[in-house]
Amino acid sequence: VIAQGRGRLFVSAFVALVLTVLPLPPWLDVLRPAFLVLAVLYWSVNAPRTGGIALGFFAGLALDVFQGPVLGEHALALSLVTYIVVREHQRIRSKPAIQQALIVFAALVIYEIVLFMIDGWTGHAVTTALRWVHTLTGALIWPPAAAIFAYAAGRRS
Amino acid sequence: LQARGGSAGFRFTLYAALAVVVMYLDQRAHYLEQVRYVLEAAAYPIQLAVNSPPAAWAWLKETFQARGVLQAENARLRAAQRDLELLAMRYDALARENGELRGLRAALPPVADHWLAAEIVNIQLNSLRQKLLINRGASNGVFAAQAVLDDKGLIGQTTHIGPWSAEVILITDPEHAVPVRVERTGLRTIAVGAGDATSLALPYLPSNADIKTGDLLVTSGLGGVFPEGYPVARVTEVHRDAVQPLAQVRAAPLAHIDTDSEVMLVWFRPGHPAAPVPNTPGVDLKSGNRDMQPQALSAKPVEPRAPGATPQASTPAQPATAAPAPPASAPPAAPASGKPEGER
Repeated sequence: VIAQGRGRLFVSAFVALVLTVLPLPPWLDVLRPAFLVLAVLYWSVNAPRTGGIALGFFAGLALDVFQGPVLGEHALALSLVTYIVVREHQRIRSKPAIQQALIVFAALVIYEIVLFMIDGWTGHAVTTALRWVHTLTGALIWPPAAAIFAYAAGRRS
Repeated sequence: LQARGGSAGFRFTLYAALAVVVMYLDQRAHYLEQVRYVLEAAAYPIQLAVNSPPAAWAWLKETFQARGVLQAENARLRAAQRDLELLAMRYDALARENGELRGLRAALPPVADHWLAAEIVNIQLNSLRQKLLINRGASNGVFAAQAVLDDKGLIGQTTHIGPWSAEVILITDPEHAVPVRVERTGLRTIAVGAGDATSLALPYLPSNADIKTGDLLVTSGLGGVFPEGYPVARVTEVHRDAVQPLAQVRAAPLAHIDTDSEVMLVWFRPGHPAAPVPNTPGVDLKSGNRDMQPQALSAKPVEPRAPGATPQASTPAQPATAAPAPPASAPPAAPASGKPEGER
């Protein structure tokens, strides 16, 4: 069962990664939620033992290869968020979808704050407010996205 | 439960430490070039796969294009080719004449040694940064900090090189700075990316600098990446405020950065007088490594003094030659292009 769950995890994470790097017009790209982060959050809440912090780290590393100015930047941010969510996964799982969306919003903001700080420290600062837009759209898309992930995970809920 | 929480914290500490070490090695010591190379290679199939639907669409469109359209395009291309050949002939003549004028025994070979066309792999690297991925990499001899052009002007330079792909930082990225020269006056300054695909900023010009809308900016050859004389941008707006010591100048890049689908990678003849100077005092540019890329960072504290100093050095000389003979556009160009050589 775990092996099967792991396969589904990899497939969903891979699809989320492809959605993240899919070319879009600039205005749409600003609105694009961080699909891979959402996928990692879903798996951390619902199957913390299948994925866990290792999933966060390696998903972040993949993001670094595609879009990071420094290797390890997204890896650090995503392992931090994964750690927080894995710790609190039982409390988060029992919440209704709307409250989950709020928690996801908070998690995405933490994620983006870490990225923002590392960007600044490493001298690749991006100061435009547009970088924060995806935290909002990510939270808004969370209820349907969680349903899709649940379907992908073969879970009836 | 308690034990699992503890182990999660332990694992987090482990991974966080690993991430910090990786960041440090990548940022400070550049020890991870090999690792990055492997990772870029691993990422390339995904990048190609993501690019394939748009590429397939473009291919289909081309395949089923009407015959008339193709014929029209063919005729247009043939005309353009003829024009270019005429231009090239004229260029050869000019180069020879220039060589004679400069007292060189034989005309110099062109500064570009050879070039290679590269396709832009259409994927989203990061919309907030101005970057591209191209389908040529180390296996084609591409190296870091190599100049990338299109048919109209400068596009940028390569940063991370994979085996079959390379990342290009555009001149419009806020982290990128190009040393440029105003073609009309020879005034040297730095053009920094403004963060969108259509504008560059020239933040280091004093408000009394001789620059106006429509001036052509060409590469100055300093900085060690781009050779001298390639067109970069055209000045679109100049704001002078009596209170501010610096003028606010904007320029539009000549290259069609947002619509290009193909770019050119250029190799320059080392030792050519117009080739990029490999080591500029003040900036460590000894080898073509990644240290070259954050020019905007390391160059900023050093270079602003250069444009501040060069206007005094070059502008007083300008009026003497340019003022009495307004129709002569060659005299201002000659001292300007001769100047960097004198300094080298």
